[in-house]
Amino acid sequence: MASLITTSAFDTGLPVTHGALTLAAAPVTRITSVAPFNGKEKAVSAALKSAHGLAFPAPNRVLEKGAARIAFAGRGTAFLIDADPAALDGIAALTDQSDGWAILRLTGAGAEDALARLVPIDLRPVAFPAGTAARTALGHMMTLILRVENGFDILVMRSMAHTATHEIVTAMAALSARAAHV
Amino acid sequence: MRVKGKGLIDRATHIGFSFDGRDYVGHPGDTLASALMANGVHLLGRSFKYHRPRGVLTAGSEEPNALVEVLEGAQKTPNTRATVQELFQGLKAQSQNRWPSLKYDALAINDVLSPFLSAGFYYKTFMWPRAFWERLYEPIIRRAAGLGALSGKHDESQYEKAFAFCDILVIGSGPAGLIAALTAARAGADVILAEEDSRMGGRLLADTVEIDGKPGLVWAEEILAELHAMPNVRLMTRTAVTGAYDGGTFGALERVSLHVAKPGDTPRECFWRIVAGQAILATGALERPIGFPDNDRPGILTASAARAYLNRWGATPGKSIAIFANNDDARRTADDMAASGIKVAAVIDARPDSSALGDYPIYRGAEVIATHGRHALKGITVQTRDGSHDLAVDCLAMSGGWNPTLHLTCHMNGRPLWNPTLQAFVPAPNAVPGLTPCGAANGTFSTAGCLTEGHAAAAAALAALGRTAPDIMPPRTEDSVYDVSPLWVVPGKGRAWLDFANDVTAKDVRLAAQENFASVEHMKRYTTQGMAPDQGKNSNVGALAVLADATGRGIPETGTTTFRPPYVPVSIAAMGAGGRATGFAPQRFTTSHAASVERGAPMIEAGLWYRPSYFPRPGEKTWRQSCDREVGYVRNAVGVCDVSTLGKIDLQGADAGAFLDLVYTNTFSTLKPGRVRYGLMLREDGLVMDDGTSARLSATHFLMTTTTAAAGLVMRHLDFVHQALAPKMDVRFISVTEQWAQFAVAGPKSRELLNSVLDAPVTDEAFPFMACGEVMVKGVNARLFRISFSGEHAYEIAVPARYGNALFRDLVARAETLGGGAYGMEALNVLRIEKGLITHTEIHGRTTAFDIGAAKMISAKKDCIGKAAAQRPGMIGPEREQLVGLRPIDHTKPIGAGAHLFNPDDAATRANDQGYITSVCWSPTMDTYLGLAFLKNGRARLHDEVRVVDHLRKADVICVVVDPVFFDPKGDRARG
Repeated sequence: MASLITTSAFDTGLPVTHGALTLAAAPVTRITSVAPFNGKEKAVSAALKSAHGLAFPAPNRVLEKGAARIAFAGRGTAFLIDADPAALDGIAALTDQSDGWAILRLTGAGAEDALARLVPIDLRPVAFPAGTAARTALGHMMTLILRVENGFDILVMRSMAHTATHEIVTAMAALSARAAHV
Repeated sequence: MRVKGKGLIDRATHIGFSFDGRDYVGHPGDTLASALMANGVHLLGRSFKYHRPRGVLTAGSEEPNALVEVLEGAQKTPNTRATVQELFQGLKAQSQNRWPSLKYDALAINDVLSPFLSAGFYYKTFMWPRAFWERLYEPIIRRAAGLGALSGKHDESQYEKAFAFCDILVIGSGPAGLIAALTAARAGADVILAEEDSRMGGRLLADTVEIDGKPGLVWAEEILAELHAMPNVRLMTRTAVTGAYDGGTFGALERVSLHVAKPGDTPRECFWRIVAGQAILATGALERPIGFPDNDRPGILTASAARAYLNRWGATPGKSIAIFANNDDARRTADDMAASGIKVAAVIDARPDSSALGDYPIYRGAEVIATHGRHALKGITVQTRDGSHDLAVDCLAMSGGWNPTLHLTCHMNGRPLWNPTLQAFVPAPNAVPGLTPCGAANGTFSTAGCLTEGHAAAAAALAALGRTAPDIMPPRTEDSVYDVSPLWVVPGKGRAWLDFANDVTAKDVRLAAQENFASVEHMKRYTTQGMAPDQGKNSNVGALAVLADATGRGIPETGTTTFRPPYVPVSIAAMGAGGRATGFAPQRFTTSHAASVERGAPMIEAGLWYRPSYFPRPGEKTWRQSCDREVGYVRNAVGVCDVSTLGKIDLQGADAGAFLDLVYTNTFSTLKPGRVRYGLMLREDGLVMDDGTSARLSATHFLMTTTTAAAGLVMRHLDFVHQALAPKMDVRFISVTEQWAQFAVAGPKSRELLNSVLDAPVTDEAFPFMACGEVMVKGVNARLFRISFSGEHAYEIAVPARYGNALFRDLVARAETLGGGAYGMEALNVLRIEKGLITHTEIHGRTTAFDIGAAKMISAKKDCIGKAAAQRPGMIGPEREQLVGLRPIDHTKPIGAGAHLFNPDDAATRANDQGYITSVCWSPTMDTYLGLAFLKNGRARLHDEVRVVDHLRKADVICVVVDPVFFDPKGDRARG
């Protein structure tokens, strides 16, 4: 039987490079939301520790171990990225979010300058170092931003992938063009 | 005319530009104003009301006269200050508010008529006939009195908005700002130094001052080099801080590429929101003109501007110059001009006891009482103790003293304080939290004072941030005392201009006082003083001094008008950057978007979502033909529709059922796993919030659906209920709207279609109406719900969104082989109206469960949100407008949503209103128009006739009131 083909959340055309900055689809395959049930926060942390070497993250934190990450995603909620959530069955509400979010990865020196066109929080390394995550706004869209090496992972609702890409690319192009006149 | 050896321009490089069609040459470093001055062009514009010839008054962003149009086509930008516009190769500038030309302007007739055109003239004169104001008088006046013209086209150039953050924001880069930035930067603080000008240095660019034994500019360049090399410092030139807001937030406008010939992708402007821990206001001061008869001729400018043109741009405003002042500072202009070999014909100092030292004639205790020349200054008349003398000069530099540039300190309701020694307003202490004024902005005018205060301001800001200021010895420099004596208006024949930009004279202000518009706020509105693009920067203090004199009050008692943001004009395009056309809001696309567009479907916006309206076929001329065909698919075969936009909320936990019982009117805790139930949700006030189905996936796992419109609202409501009302309930929920692509498969052949894609076929017995469960579609885990929004045997199938595109295309292709196909929003709407199913057009926020005929859905066995309020008097009963169906007696007569209902014998007036129509459609199934409506006591009036009057569309139709479920009232088709 023929299987259903998959379609990316993004238009064709990624990655895009302007100057030192590159915007690409992040190589993320799996996201599970983890919301510990009443009184289960420690149990969830312990299970994450033994299964993945992670813990339930504090607000605005993202933890990383190998390919696995877990990021603060809102009140009492974390996104477990590229890791199997099976160890958390029964102690946390788990939902598959792998298809719900489109993840852009913006890398290169000055990535925060491009995002400063769209994001109202301070993303400079001094304020947003490795291990930081934030639920914030990207233009008029809600987003979850994670610090990664040399840049950011930017999670937006899948349906808004087109707008998010367009707005970030516009900011990158403007920034790159502006460098010629300064 | 250029002066040899002067100026900070690159004379080796030539830049060609044009003004009013004539070509000129300037140099890098020039503004349009300085380049025109160097080319001997002194007539730059016509005044707002009287069309008086005008030249530059200033050398900065406060310029009221030299407003020009730049650029062409859609980008044409009026009211550009020639003193701010930097020169670039090919710049084309035009004068504005003149016809047919700048030199010969027909409306200069207004100047002759000026005795009739004083403040208030229009209001008093053009009173009748009344209708003429809007149609005749106002358009003529607007045409006659005006600034530049817009292109009338969309400005499609790039603009930008951005955020910036720092510990300390230093506003202004003169001596005070530089030393403050250096102090803060050396202390390790994150510093932003924002400068409105294209080049840092402030007055050091324009004045001859020595600091530390070096020319001031050399000292500045050394500091700037140090700042530039520090990673914690960000230097922002061409960036005017425009407003001070709560929480240490400042607005700023950056002119990014307005000085560039070919900007490419570079935005023209960027509107910044800068969040600073502390801020230092080092914005300097603005020189005041003096009011004397005909003080507005081209060639008359402020003394500081005159020496700025000389020192910074090597351009001289005249060959023979006179200076008229009431303070010592203006002598610098005389000294610099004389040292450059320009003839200083006279220094006219209003102070009888002022210094008599200088290499030029000095008239002490003297005043300028008249000026001569029309398109350029030819001479002045000076009144001295010995009588009046005429002087032939082509330039008059004036100085009425200095006003600290304190505008930002007033942006949060601070009122400035009058300083009688300075004869100026100074910032009130702590007017804006965290903003420390220093230097000239704080009324400290000597360079030494500026350096000391700038350092101290930075030290205070650092202390507030818990940092220590490094020791920086304030360098040695001039420390002269600023001596000024008040001189606002020289009495005499002729008009003395105060507000050059809006053509307001001293006489106008006195007239305002005479007519009892005596408060400063009333005077402003009566005369329009301070309401022009310069926002009174050049005229406020002078005007209120005249008002104070006219009313016999002092200046501090008279007070000032309020300075509000923005400090300089900010283009709307910059503040709305990126918001043109589809940039206005994010676009949400379903996984079937591309497939729908490929099929030619017009996409309509539903909130932020784009959904297909209908799928046209060749030969169909109207949307109705497509819609009728698609309705037929569902009623007779099978239709496929993307319903992914409906909100989906995943709820898990031991108390998930109890939580749903609390938020829904009906009971969900008793629902069996594998079953779906329709639910109704009320607001706290008892009115309907939303409806939808919830499926029980397991004992502790539910999936709620909401309407598309209320998805966010319901999520917020659930968060509120859980956090505020039921915090102990063990339930967790999260949106999965985006995770699943969901398609309705509806119609008698829906099961046949589904079974062709499911790995294991479903049967009616295993999957009855309102069942749900997991299925496999070609090896992909999917969820199947047997629910119907059309009244037909129908399903909704959900797959992870990555498969949505493939599944939609596959389902539609298979449906087409069964005599069906895709259907859009129009058909969906017809199908649900035929079944009397509601949407937010019915539950629009003013209807109760009782109104929509769902009172019985509020369970008597339990409490729920909104239950008590839903039973208040007036929420239930015959006085309520109740949901009914309407069918026109003549079935071909269209009825319109929004039409109102009346009894057949009543006049169609508001007092007789019986209700209104919410939804209408042409029902191809029943061959008639149908409507859903709210009718007073409607359920008791079935089979009555009502008159439907559409006042907007001019329709008047008699309808019969029927049950809202028009089609298959028993619901056999959905269950079958």
